[in-house]
Amino acid sequence: MVAYIIRRILYVIPIALGVSVIIFGLVHIAPGDPLNAVVPPDAPKETVELLIKAYGFDKPLPVQYLIWLGKALEGDFGISYATGRTVSDAIASGVVNTLILAVGGILIGTIMGCLIGALAGYFQGSWVDKLATGFAIAGVSVPHYWLGLVLVIIFSVELNVLPAMGMGPGGSTSWAWNLEHFKHLILPVITLSVIPIGIITRSVRATIAEILTMEFIQTLEAKGLRKSHIFTHVAKNAAPTVLAVSGLQVGYLLGGSILVETVFSWPGTGFLLNDAIFRRDIPLLQGVILVLAMFFVVLNLIVDIAQSVIDPRMNRS
Amino acid sequence: MSTLSTNSSKNLDAGQIITDSPSYWSSVRSNLRNDPVTIAFALILLSLLLSAIFADFLAPLDPYKTNMLKRLKPIGTEGFLLGADELGRDMLTRLIYGGRLSLLMGISPVVAALFIGGLLGLTAGFVGGKVNMSIMRVMDVFYAFPSVLLAIAISGALGAGIFNAIISLTIVFIPPIARVTESVTTQIRALDYVEAARASGAKSLTIIRVHIISNVAGPVFVYSTSLISVSIILSSGLSFLGLGTEPPQPEWGLMLNTLRQSIYVNPWVAALPGVMIFLTSLSFNMMSDGIRSAMDIKL
Repeated sequence: MVAYIIRRILYVIPIALGVSVIIFGLVHIAPGDPLNAVVPPDAPKETVELLIKAYGFDKPLPVQYLIWLGKALEGDFGISYATGRTVSDAIASGVVNTLILAVGGILIGTIMGCLIGALAGYFQGSWVDKLATGFAIAGVSVPHYWLGLVLVIIFSVELNVLPAMGMGPGGSTSWAWNLEHFKHLILPVITLSVIPIGIITRSVRATIAEILTMEFIQTLEAKGLRKSHIFTHVAKNAAPTVLAVSGLQVGYLLGGSILVETVFSWPGTGFLLNDAIFRRDIPLLQGVILVLAMFFVVLNLIVDIAQSVIDPRMNRS
Repeated sequence: MSTLSTNSSKNLDAGQIITDSPSYWSSVRSNLRNDPVTIAFALILLSLLLSAIFADFLAPLDPYKTNMLKRLKPIGTEGFLLGADELGRDMLTRLIYGGRLSLLMGISPVVAALFIGGLLGLTAGFVGGKVNMSIMRVMDVFYAFPSVLLAIAISGALGAGIFNAIISLTIVFIPPIARVTESVTTQIRALDYVEAARASGAKSLTIIRVHIISNVAGPVFVYSTSLISVSIILSSGLSFLGLGTEPPQPEWGLMLNTLRQSIYVNPWVAALPGVMIFLTSLSFNMMSDGIRSAMDIKL
């Protein structure tokens, strides 16, 4: 197992490098001179020359990449000329705000998904199963940005019981556990949780249904074990799958929250990305994407390792 | 299938059972016929497609004609069955016309990715070895991005536009299609009959054409239809962010974005374009699920 874990950790290096190459390439697929992407058009000539030197635009591409990578590794993604802040500052506060949503979304998603999925798996073919399956398909088919909008229409516009946008009083700087901030969390978190509910429900249902057909369940039943005891065995066998699926969902939520954050004006990474896109602020775009993608890579790693710890049979190459 | 053969063995003699034994495709057809839900969603999809194609004949008004007096009329206004948008354009008309760009932007990336990713996966799976390694490792790198993030990264760098959105989504869907194609191809390549074909002197291209593609196509096609559902959501999402179509073109995601500003004036009209996105994506998912179980494909 240790060998597997080491191999798996080493495998992160080429993937991370590949990811950084793609993100570095973003500047170069942007239309126009890459310089335009990092320098405001009205910058004085000396600044432009300084920046050409700093970014190494006068050097060949591989060298440019290494310079960029070296800076990125130190946490220096450049300065967002749109806001004047360093990109890393902006990202740091954005990531925390996005994580608040993603963690909330995955908690609800996992709990509801396991519950509905387990019910559907146990009562296969019944109306419970049909309802749950239909609900799960709707969950993965719904455009979540639209769902967010519908929730705002219902709870903010029509009923006027929940706030429609923002993080609450004081914005992102003074977030705390209190009722007002909690209220601002409800709609975006529910919106984000719908896709994970759908996906986790589906995989839990399939896993439980498969486990229930296995011979050891028959053996347990034959030896007269109580239903609740059998359930613990089923749960134990389903755990690695659930863990893998919901672990990866955290990553998808981090990446996918941009649309939901736009709907709710939530000051997270999605909001930053939106800003970056509109102001064509490519350093900010690169920084946010790099951080989120690295989160996802590490998350994948953790999920794989956790899975192999829970179930050593998974130590595949 | 088992019920079918027991039924016929009651009434018919042995000779007829053999001729009655259904082929794979006829059993798929009969599975589909007995699945009203899949048929219903296929019909919904067909009508969405047809209404987009024949929008010129179906839509009651001009999708670009603004009318300041009718701005943000609610659903059910006379002459504006589904209300009017922020510029007084008829919603029903724009929803019908919107299907053109939304479906185009949703379906074409998957079709393009099916060709490119399919080819890559087929090559990787059939050739194996180092070629497989290098193709699949590059795919792994793209897999390291959550799909929404990758789409937004590429689209954001390329800038707004229909074509750019289609390119970025194509890049998003190439790796998953390549991965599925590769794994199915690898499985089939190892089967005995492929070995037999090789032993009897068939050329590689012949084996791919005759044996591999015919077996790989089904699963990969079914998988791709389920991706269209994601693609519809993502492409409209890009437009929603201002990265896809540009005003005044009718497109569901963009309509959702512009109407979002007026949810306090006329909330439910603003929700309509999303209903169309949802319905389309749901229909593709349901149809894909139905065909998958009818064809008995496990991915």
